[in-house]
Parts: sequence; structure tokens; C-alpha cells
Amino acid sequence: MAPPAQSHRSSSPSQPSGKGEVSDLKSQLRQLAGSRAPGVDDSKRDLFKKVISYMTIGIDVSAVFGEMVMCSATSDIVLKKMCYLYVGNYAKVNPDLALLTINFLQRDCKDADPMIRGLALRSLCSLRVANLVEYLVGPLGSGLKDNSSYVRIVAVMGVLKLYHISASTCVDADFPQTLKHLMLNDSDTQVVANCLTALQEIWSAEASTSEEASREREALLSKPVVYYFLNRIREFSEWAQCLVLDLAAKYVPSDNNEIFDIMNLLEDRLQHANGAVVLATIKLFLQLTLSMADVHQQVYERIKAPLLTLVSSGSPEQSYAVLSHLHLLVMRAPYIFSSDYKHFYCQYNEPSYVKKLKLEMLTAVANESNTYEIVTELCEYAANVDIPIARESIRAVGKIALQQYDVNAIVDRLLQFLEMEKDYVTAEALVLVKDLLRKYPQWSQDCIAVVGNISSKNVQEPKAKAALIWMLGEYSQEMHDAPYILESLIENWDEEHSAEVRLHLLTAVMKCFFKRPPETQNALGAALAAGLADFHQDVHDRALFYYRVLQHNVSVAERVVNPPKQAVSVFADTQSSEIKDRIFDEFNSLSVVYQKPSYMFTDKEHRGPFEFSDELGNLSIGAESAAGTVVPAHRVEANDKDLLLSTSEKEEIRGPSNNGSAYSAPSYDGSAISAASQALSELTILNPSVPGLTPQSSLAIDDLLGLGLPEIPSPAPAPSPPLLKLNSKAVLDPGTFQQKWRQLPISLSQEYSVSPQGVAALTTSEALLRHMQGHSIHCIASGGQSPNFKFFFFAQKAEELSTFLVECIINTSSAKAQIKIKADDQSASQAFSALFQSALSKFGVP
Amino acid sequence: MISQFFVLSQRGDNIVFRDYRGVVPKGSAEIFFRKVKFWKEDGEGDAPPVFNVDGVNYFHVKVAGLLFVATTRVNVSPSLVLELLQRIARVIKDYLGILNEDSLRKNFVLVYELLDEVIDFGYVKTTSTEVLKSYIFNEPIVIDAARVPSLGAAGIFMQGSKRRMPGTAVTKSVVANEPGGRKREEIFVDIIEKISVTFSSSGYILTSEIDGTIQMKSYLSGNPEIRLALNDDLSIGRGRSSIYDYGNSSGSGSVILDDCNFHESVHLDNFDIDRTLALVPPDGEFPVMNYRMTQEFRTPFRINALIEEAGPLKAEVILKVRAEFASSITANTILVQMPLPTYTTRVTFELEPGAVGNTTDFKEANKRLEWGLKKIVGGSEHTLRAKLTFSQESHGNIVKESGPVSMTFTIPMYNCSRLQVKYLQIAKKSKTDNPYRWVRYVTQANSYVARL
Repeated sequence: MAPPAQSHRSSSPSQPSGKGEVSDLKSQLRQLAGSRAPGVDDSKRDLFKKVISYMTIGIDVSAVFGEMVMCSATSDIVLKKMCYLYVGNYAKVNPDLALLTINFLQRDCKDADPMIRGLALRSLCSLRVANLVEYLVGPLGSGLKDNSSYVRIVAVMGVLKLYHISASTCVDADFPQTLKHLMLNDSDTQVVANCLTALQEIWSAEASTSEEASREREALLSKPVVYYFLNRIREFSEWAQCLVLDLAAKYVPSDNNEIFDIMNLLEDRLQHANGAVVLATIKLFLQLTLSMADVHQQVYERIKAPLLTLVSSGSPEQSYAVLSHLHLLVMRAPYIFSSDYKHFYCQYNEPSYVKKLKLEMLTAVANESNTYEIVTELCEYAANVDIPIARESIRAVGKIALQQYDVNAIVDRLLQFLEMEKDYVTAEALVLVKDLLRKYPQWSQDCIAVVGNISSKNVQEPKAKAALIWMLGEYSQEMHDAPYILESLIENWDEEHSAEVRLHLLTAVMKCFFKRPPETQNALGAALAAGLADFHQDVHDRALFYYRVLQHNVSVAERVVNPPKQAVSVFADTQSSEIKDRIFDEFNSLSVVYQKPSYMFTDKEHRGPFEFSDELGNLSIGAESAAGTVVPAHRVEANDKDLLLSTSEKEEIRGPSNNGSAYSAPSYDGSAISAASQALSELTILNPSVPGLTPQSSLAIDDLLGLGLPEIPSPAPAPSPPLLKLNSKAVLDPGTFQQKWRQLPISLSQEYSVSPQGVAALTTSEALLRHMQGHSIHCIASGGQSPNFKFFFFAQKAEELSTFLVECIINTSSAKAQIKIKADDQSASQAFSALFQSALSKFGVP
Repeated sequence: MISQFFVLSQRGDNIVFRDYRGVVPKGSAEIFFRKVKFWKEDGEGDAPPVFNVDGVNYFHVKVAGLLFVATTRVNVSPSLVLELLQRIARVIKDYLGILNEDSLRKNFVLVYELLDEVIDFGYVKTTSTEVLKSYIFNEPIVIDAARVPSLGAAGIFMQGSKRRMPGTAVTKSVVANEPGGRKREEIFVDIIEKISVTFSSSGYILTSEIDGTIQMKSYLSGNPEIRLALNDDLSIGRGRSSIYDYGNSSGSGSVILDDCNFHESVHLDNFDIDRTLALVPPDGEFPVMNYRMTQEFRTPFRINALIEEAGPLKAEVILKVRAEFASSITANTILVQMPLPTYTTRVTFELEPGAVGNTTDFKEANKRLEWGLKKIVGGSEHTLRAKLTFSQESHGNIVKESGPVSMTFTIPMYNCSRLQVKYLQIAKKSKTDNPYRWVRYVTQANSYVARL
């Protein structure tokens, strides 16, 4: 092949300055079009190359479409390929011109050379022009029967492309059935794999409208099909193996022997050099053993070594993807990995996204036996040149301190950080010491001595400053200079840009005032005055509130602002177990890397095939209008939430587990009333010992505290009625259901057996829905086909607006029902569970 | 399933762009490049290999200074896509001989041709260079290897052992012919080990790990079967083996791997009996086996580092490196780095008398001392003294504010694990000329760190 003509430019293709070059190309192509001169193909190649290089850098060369097509009459396969590439790129935007190409593509589809037939068919199907589909059916039909496997491979993908251009044409030509036949009979594994790919996509898309398609989709997961693929998995390419493993992960084996057979068959896939194959295998193993705790744990032990090898063998990018999965497993079962902590040590040249994951893993696996070494290692990173990582390391030390019982050594280390005299180290350490004191008040003496030596002038970061101020307020008795440091901070009120710091300053000066009134009185006055004049709404409001409550009664004010505190036992987790489980279910996907379930980052139509079509996110059951009417109520709730969160006790309140009950009563009308009662409960959070509350509101407090701060004895145990009565006409719109489902913790998770009659009656999900409705348990969403059905139910108490939510997964082949119950009133969930079980057990019994 | 694939230059130009599904907007390459560029500038470090912008997931790997990118809206397996990108880069390299911006620009039509066969409608068909050969018609325009700075494993051998083998051999395309017109029958087996060691301030080894690969590149015709025999005393799985041979602790010579994995083509039928791997090597470069070892091993270098105050606003650093391997072996391209306190303003260096091939530098921007050595012969010791001047007084904390010392190096014909290819057998039907076989070892530092 001749060297390129553009030798005057060695590297980048020249950038055409305007339309000149394009029209130049046009005329040159035209000259060559009819030529039969020797060497004409070489000149064409050079011109075609130019066209394609323009196309690549984004210059519109669609103007030469006609000429390109004229020039394509050639036997030179390299030229043909370039022409196909060009046509595929511009056909969609120029459907009229695309028509020009149909002729020669159809002719090429009948070429003697299978290579040309395949290429032409692929290009034909890639035109993406709806009004040309009629020309596709014929060539596709013969392509699927071609005796060259190359053409068949192309044709199978062609069917999928046709489906995306015109689903009805594809289905009417009965192509899916042809593919199914090929899938089960073709001798070429790539043809078989492509059929599986195409059918999964087609039947998943069709399943929502066609009974037959959804049956076919189910059939892909049937035992014979799954075994057909598993038994010949080694014949497939490594990429097709991933496909087969994904399919198998959705299969539900009928008994444990089957599970062990599958795992033994695939055991050696864990030794594959391709990380994608290994992760797909791991996903399958984890899924299969979910219900067998001991084997599940063995799987963890077994996959540890292969995962670690993958982490260290690939490129940094590949090892990040694997490490994210290892991270997920470590977070789920830290104790299994606690002896492997050295693998999670950071290497100095690793990218920071890898280091961050490793730090979290080190934090998670720390236990009595390895804490000393881990903390020593983390302290090395604290002096790291990479400042964000140094910060993360200090935070990690703090987290370990908060999760350990023996914090002696760690406290010393943290205090050493404070003395390191690096601004960011001091800042991070201050925040940690504050959290530490909230959990272990007994350490206050040691900590306060060191904190007292820190000059507030050296602390600039808002979070650290707020932490220091909090400690000044909280321990003003012990810290000799506290009133004066606060005073000087208040003097510089106007220079303080962070509202968070100013809020803390107000609270701290109040606390200091209650302890050392004569020394603080001036500072308090100045702070309140400055606060009242503050432009920031929250700061202003807090100052005003303090002012009024002081005016009302100083001792009440003290009980409100500075009540005796309970030590925090567990800091709220940032992610609910619900979300974590969801991510685990989506193992070997982006959800693990992003640490978010897929509904948070994908839109509906791009969720993979085979996901439950009834996911809460996609509920399509009416009630859209109902969702509209609840909006005002949501608004109020959101505001109240903000209010609560702006208090200094942020962390204790932030836990997702206690959001739910505080906002549970769906108040469709009188938002004023609910707002008032919310305000009341806000007060009572700050001071649980306030006497003289109405019994009604104390119930509300109990609810709130009973969830969030269980160590506080509840003043009045919630009366759980001996007999639970459900409201037969309960209503709940999907939006509220979703919100509650997200917010509430699981109060009960159980598995029962379903009677044989029940299984027999469960041919469609509708049958069960009607039955359960008879027991005042209503369905909000359902889906799935035999053997797996999934339902979301709700029910409400007869006498009050207290709701129960249920997720129920019934597997008809194992005759088991797995249920998860969430409830506004958790104390009643046991009673409800009994009711639910008895209702379910009557299903199918005449 | 991916939606688009593209390759960007370091400056963000599209070199190759292919849209397979038409569901991700056209401007994605630009969105991607801006995001990656600003990630770093925002002080967040390198952009992670996977991120999501407006519902589009972007995957990328960096190879030879180029960004290989895939986009999708679907929640796919990240390992699969990243592995795929890496494989595409490898296939392209197999074809072009050398992968860099220049060769890619010259051969973009060939690359499009490859991509068409590798991916159809967003799904992977094959990434096997062997299989692809029959579908590819463009011939690579080979660029001159001599002008290209060597990259990756191939480069190591070119620097180290010029006498032993032609350096250009591993950079030749799988489809290009030798100048003489006929192909040279040869096969390369490289044992590449990357070692990570952390020494504590007292010189005690805190962690050590070897990540090794047996890499193969075959130019043999007729697809003969190959047998690779490894050490007889090789055992796999630390936990399992230690139960049985308790008398046989790590010092006594057996090689114990923690774990390993193998390429598709490898048959392990005899592996348990005689530690032999059998395979029919496909065309192109591929890893036969990856392995990981945390068993104790002799570290090739000892590092001694010391920093001391020497009067107000002054300090002295003494760095000593001792090569602990045989004198027949020479390490090359050694670089020792050490972060200094941020208030360091000036550094003067003092090398041993008669030191050759040494370079010293103080990198003002990130306050780092750099000491480069062209080569270190086994058994030798090298020392560097540096006098530091500070702009402010230290608070007696200079040890905490400097270090750790890190070191990079390459040692050809040396491996720490003692894993060996005992023989390489080619089952060839009675041919007179014996193919060339190259079995080469190399050890590189991955993370070689001494704390102060």
C-alpha cells in the first residue's frame, strides 16, 4: 500500500479553513468516480482517508455524500470499508442521500465473498433511517441463514439494530423466534452469544406490552437454557463468558445441590486473567449463596485472593474497579478481612481515588488486634505531601477511635496531631477531638489541656473553628480562658464569614454564660446584639430566640440551651442498610463504584434488562394527580427538617433512621398545626427533661426519641393495641410510599413458607392482590413472573394514620416468601407481621 | 454495552471517534476532557477512571499518553469496560508495533477497521489479535521505532541488554513483514516483577509484595503448542501450603505464591504434577500468568536516610543506597526522591569523590530532592550529602516534615521471587531452523519506600 499523500503534514491532519477544502474534495472525488485508470484505487484511498479524518475531528463532510457513493463501486475492500464508515455516520442526518446507498449495499449483500456480505449487511443495518427498514428484512433473513458464521454474527446484531429502528418490523418478520432457534442450535459460539444479547434486549423491551415476550424472557432463565450455556461456557470468548455468567446470576436454582454443582463447574473461572470474568463469577457465587450463611462466608474467603491479585496485576484503572468491589465486601464483612489489613496500606505513588478507598477499608477492618499497627500506619500518611490524603488519614484515625473501646493510644496520637503545627492537621484533629469528646466525655481532661493551648488565631477553617468554639462553650468551666477567647472572637464578628461558626459562637457564649455569668455577661450582650443585626437568617433567628428565652426565664433558657448531655453511643451512618443492600444486589456494576444504587444515576429506559419492571422508581400505577396534592405537605416537612438540622446537635439528628417518624403523619390539610407540633418537638429534642408537656406531644417525643436515641428511657411507652385492626379503605400514593420506604428502617424481616395451595394459585400476581385486599392489605406495585414474584404492599391502622409498608418476594419453586416490613409505629410491626402471615397462609385455600 | 468509543490526545483532540448506539450526545468528548482537566485543577487529584455527568457514564484508561474513552448510559460492569479499553489499546499496539499519538494518527483508518470488528452495536465481539487478523485489510504504516522514547516492558530490555537481543523486535507489528520479506520465527517470554517494599525508620521491612507477570509475545508460524516449565518447588496459596510443609519455612528455597491467574489459552492439566503450563499462544502480546507473592524476599536495595539540624535555619541530609545483589548484575535508571520541609529554600549537594553518572536536583515547586543514578553495580554503595537552608526556624520537627524516601529502578536479568522458566519447549514438526526463544527477567520498583 502506498504511503499517504499527505506527507507534507506528518502528524495531525490539516484543518480545513472553510468550505474550500470540502468542495475541493468533492471535485477530486468526482473526477475519480468514473475512472478506470490503473492506480485509481490508491488515489481514492487517499481522498477517502482525508474525508474520514475530517469527519473524526468533527468537520461536516456530508456534502460529498453523492460522490462517495459514486466512488464506492470498487472491488477494493479497504475502500469499501471506509465508504461504509462514512455512510453509517451521515445516513441518519441525510435520509434522502441514504437511499442512494441502498442499492449498492443490497448488491454487496449478495457478493460471493462472505467478508463483503457481512460488511454490507452491517452497514445496511447501521443506517438508522426509519423509512428504509423495508430494505432490511430480506437481506437480514438470508444473512441469518448464511453459511458463513461471520455473516450470521453480523446478521444477529442486525436484527437488534432493526428492532431499535422499528420494533414492529422486527417482530412481524418473526426474527426473535429465528434468533431463539439459532441460539439453541448454531455451531458458532459467537452467533449463540450474540443471539442471547439480542434476545435479552428485545424481550425485555417487549415484556411490558406482550405476554408472550415476557414468557420468553422468563424462558431464558429456565433451567435447560441456563444449563445449555453453562455447560459449554469454556467454548465462549471471555466476553461472552461474562454474558453467560450474568445470565446465570439471575437463575434461581431449585436446591442446594444445584448450587454446589454450578459453583464447582465455575470454580476455575476465578483464576481467569480477565477481571470482568472473575467479577461476574464472584457475583454469581455471592448471589447463589445468599441464603446459606456459612457457605456465603466461605465464598468471601475463597474470592479474597483472586480479588487481591486482580487489584495488583492490572492497570491502575482496572485495579480501581476491582478495588471498589473489594471495598464493598470489606464494608459488609470487615471481620473476614481483618487479617489482610496490610493489603490496604497505601503506596505513595497510587492515585488519590485509590488511596481514599484504601483508607476507608483500613478504617473498617480495624479491630482489637490490629488497631495499633493500622493507626501507626495512618499517622505516617498524616504527614503526607498529598494534603487531601493527609486529611483523610487523620479522619480515619478519628473514626477508628470512635469505633473502638480502647481508645487510650489513639487519643494520644490525635493530641500529637494538634501539636504538629500544620494548619490542616490541626484543623482536622480539632474536629475529631470534638467528636471524641461527645462520645467519651471521660477524656475531657486530657483533651482540654491540649486544646486550651491552641491559639484560635491559627484556626481558620470553619469546621475546625466551629469545633473549637463548641469545646470552648461545652468546657468553659475547665478552660480558664474560655470567656475571653469567646469575647475576642465576638469582637471580630464582622470578619467571620462562616454562618456555621457564628451559630456556634452564639450557642457557646450562652453555655459559657450559664457557667461563668459575671465574666461572660458583656460578651453575651455583644454576641446577641451582633446576632440580631446579622444578615444571615439562621443566625438572626437563633440570636432572637436566645434573647427571648433569656428574657422569659434564665433557668428555662439554660435547660433549653445547655441540658445535661448523653454521650453519643453510635454516630449515624451516612447510608441506610437499605441502600447498601441495594448496591450489593447490583454487584459488578457501576453502582458499586459510585456507591449509589442504580436508580440514583440512570434513567428508566437505560436500566439493564431483567430488572424488576416494578421498581419503585418506575411506578406507573395512576395516582400521579394524588402526588401533586401532597406537595405542600412535603414542603413543610422539608423546612422543618432544615430547622432541625441547623441546631448544633446536627449529627445525632441526621441519621436516616429517625427522619421517618417525625414526619410520618401525612397531613394533607392543616399544615399550620403540624408545623406547630414540630416546633414543639424541636424544643424537646434539645431538652428532653422539660416537664409539663401535654400527653399527646410527649407521645410524639417518645416516637422520635425511641428511634433515634434509644438509651433515653421513654416517659410513656407507646400503647400497642393487643389486637391490630387495619383500615380497609386505606389510601397511599406511590410518591409517599417511596418516600417512606426510603426513610423508614426495616423493622422486621422474615421468611415464611407458602402453602402448596398458595403456590398453585399464584399463577399471576393479580390473584394474590385481590386476596390480600380482602384482608385490608393493599398492593401498590407488583411484578415478576413465575417463579419469582415481587410485591409492595401497604396497610394502615384502622383508628390512626399509621402505615405499614411491606416488600414481599415470593419464589414459587421454593415455596418461600421473604418479607420486609417497615412501619411508622415500630412497636406494632410484630402484630402486623402475624396478621400478614395469616392472610398469606389463607391464600389459595378455598 | 457501550455507546461510544473515542481516543483523545493529551491536548484533547479526537483522534478516533466511533458512535455505536447514538444515545449519548455528540459533544461527549469535550465534556469528558473538560471534566478530567478540571478535576486536577480543583485539587481533587486525578479524575477517577469512571465518573458520571448528566446520566452519561465515562470510562477511561491512559495508555502511552493517550486517553481511551468509552461512554454509556447503562449500568454496566466497570471491570468489563475498563478491561475492554485496555484490550483495545493492546490490539492496536499489536498491529501498529508502537502505540503513540503519531502512530495512531497515521493509522486511524486501520484503527477504525479494527474497532468495527471489535465492537458491534456497543457489544464486544472479540479482542483477540489472532481472530481479528482474518478481517483486517489495511496494512499498518510503521513509524520509526528508534525515534520513539521507549515505553513499558519492551523499553526495559532495550535499555538494559542491547547485546542480547534486537531491541526493535518487540515493537514490530504482528502483521508487518521483516525487511527481507520473510518472517522471523521467534518467541519472547518476559518475567516482569514489580516490587513494593516499605522500610520503617529503623530499616525493618514493614510490608513487601511482588506482583509478577509472565508475558508472552509469539511470532511463530503455524500455531505450535508451547510448554513452559516453572520451578518444581513452586506452591500456590500461602495459607494452604503452610499447613503441610511446616518444616519448610520461607528461607529454604521453595517459591510460595499467594495467588495467581492465567490466560484463557493456558491448559493447567499438568500444572499440579510438574508445574508445566501448556498453551497455543495466540498472536500478539498477552499475559500467560499473573502472580502475587508476599513471602519474604531479599530486597535488592537498602536505603539509609538521615536528616539532622545543623544550626539555625540549616539541616543536613545523608542518603545511602546499597545494592544487595550479585556484582554480575547492574541496575539502571535509578531515581531517589525525598520531600523536604516546605520552608526549604536552598539545597547544595555533595557526591562521593569519583561518582559518575549521578544527577542531583532540588525541585523548588514541590520541595523535593531528586538524586538520579545511571547505573548501580551489585554490591556497591552510594552516598549523597545535601545541605539545606531554611527560610524559617523549624520546630524540632524536621523529621516529620520530610520524607519518606522513595526509589525507582529497573534491574534486568534479575527477579526477586526466584520464580523461573526452567524450559520453553516448542512442539514444532520437524523443521530444520530452530525458532529464537527469548526468556528475559526484569525487576522494577513499584513503590519502594523508606521512612524517616
